[in-house]
Amino acid sequence: MARRESLAGYLFIAPQLIGIVVFVLIPLGLVVYYSLHEWNVLAGTFKFVGPANYEKLASDPSLPEVLLASGLFSAGLVVFNLSLALLLAILVNQKLRGIAVFRTLFFSPVVVSLVAWTIVWGFLLQANGGINGILAMFGITGPNWLRTPATAMIAVITVQVFKNVGLNMVLFLAALQGVPRELYEAARVDGASRFKQFRRITVPLISPTILLTMIITIVGSLQVFAQIAVLTQGGPGMSTTVLVYYLYQQAFQFHRFGYGSTLAILLFVIVAVLTFVQWQMRRKLVFYEN
Amino acid sequence: MRTELSPRLKLALYGLLCVLAIPFVFPTWWMVTSSVKPISQIFAFPPELIPHTFDWSSYADVFRLQPFAQQYWNSCYIAAIVTVGTMAVSSLAGYAFARIRFPGSNLLFLVVLLGLLMPTEVTIVPLFQMSLKAGMVNTHWPLILVPMLGGMPSVFSTFVMRQFFIALPVELEEAARVDGLGRFKIFWTIALPLARPALAAVAIFTFLQSWNLYLEPIVYLTSPEKYTLPQALTQYVDVYQGPMWNIQLAAATLTALPVLVVFIFAQRQFIEGLAHTGLKG
Repeated sequence: MARRESLAGYLFIAPQLIGIVVFVLIPLGLVVYYSLHEWNVLAGTFKFVGPANYEKLASDPSLPEVLLASGLFSAGLVVFNLSLALLLAILVNQKLRGIAVFRTLFFSPVVVSLVAWTIVWGFLLQANGGINGILAMFGITGPNWLRTPATAMIAVITVQVFKNVGLNMVLFLAALQGVPRELYEAARVDGASRFKQFRRITVPLISPTILLTMIITIVGSLQVFAQIAVLTQGGPGMSTTVLVYYLYQQAFQFHRFGYGSTLAILLFVIVAVLTFVQWQMRRKLVFYEN
Repeated sequence: MRTELSPRLKLALYGLLCVLAIPFVFPTWWMVTSSVKPISQIFAFPPELIPHTFDWSSYADVFRLQPFAQQYWNSCYIAAIVTVGTMAVSSLAGYAFARIRFPGSNLLFLVVLLGLLMPTEVTIVPLFQMSLKAGMVNTHWPLILVPMLGGMPSVFSTFVMRQFFIALPVELEEAARVDGLGRFKIFWTIALPLARPALAAVAIFTFLQSWNLYLEPIVYLTSPEKYTLPQALTQYVDVYQGPMWNIQLAAATLTALPVLVVFIFAQRQFIEGLAHTGLKG
């Protein structure tokens, strides 16, 4: 009986396990192996060079710019996304007639095709596009958003935030609705202001959700690719060349599979370290966990 | 913090909500309306919020310049297979990790979870090389097999299903076991029908993931009749590689509207489903 049971267990997980081995573990091994090789697909060269690609990585003059762009994008995205998500969640949690309509509107970009959404924003952000058109009606001359380094980064962050903030909003909304109402009533009896109630009751009680959405959003932000490829192609200059886009350029535009694999290792290490650090932070930041 | 609000505060809240809604709604509105404007009008100043002349020629161009119907079908059938396949793979694995005791199950679960840590971008070079060796470049196989069996969506779905089955009372299944039903029979006739909410969440999540894939198609696919929608949208460019805006917007509208319409009719399933996957994940 126990043996049949075990057999059933292995059979049930077999498709997933085979998939993990073939599409995750073997490629991960290969990416390490490739990173130790000088491999130009166009020239057809493939030779073992040991740590040379890692030395090249350390001295790559573009790397600081790429890491800066990635850091700015991720930091900007997380701050903007989480604070807007929390604000929207608090708003749609109010007792107002027709509030469900607003919840639907804020959520709707989540289901719009990512590239379609990006194309429309690209259209809106043109120098003579809709946003500058609206600004001009108020007598303001808008910049060429996607061709100016500072605004290009703000633009790609903004496009991404409005696309996905609805997801974090509903996570926060569920968390807000899970806070026992008696706590607020007790606080009101004690004369606590609304702001104090928010800081002392709401924030601590939804902190597990804040941490979870932070991890999801940061890891997601490191994977941003389509928006960059469609809106700015990493430009102007290298101001929006984030790590994944740089990896794609090196591997698939310049055909450097060896160096591209080294960049992939860097990406993997960053994701792993960030996830680990945030998991550790859970003990310090999260007050209540069930 | 749900307390009765004063009328003035209510009015202020409605005002704030309407302003905040603009960046969420206006792009979709602008996409649809600009796609039916004559090309001379799309950058007109002042911006024309409601079009007064309709020009459908960009929709004809969408189909004239690329095999768009074929590309539409590609995206649909790939997303459908990945969705159904992931539901099968992840409900089986999730059930086993939640219910069945077998040696090494904890260790194997950790191995599976490694897939969550692994953005597909990390392994895109070796996956491309493996596809090349297997003769799968410029086919849809990598876009189907990888997300369904080993990619992040599939692992995430397994995790969601496992959490769901753990929370499901085991007593329902024990009676059937006493009657001598096999594991698969119990899974199929008792556990799976109860897991409908989790399955719906997995389905929506996986469908959207597949529908939005962009890096993978542009790496694997080289001929227009194989392209998927996100990739096809960006191909409407003039000889200087500048976007042909009206055509791109028409194609984007055709891509986005059907999912939006389904969403509006099934929004509870969408919102609660995705909130559910996020919360449990």
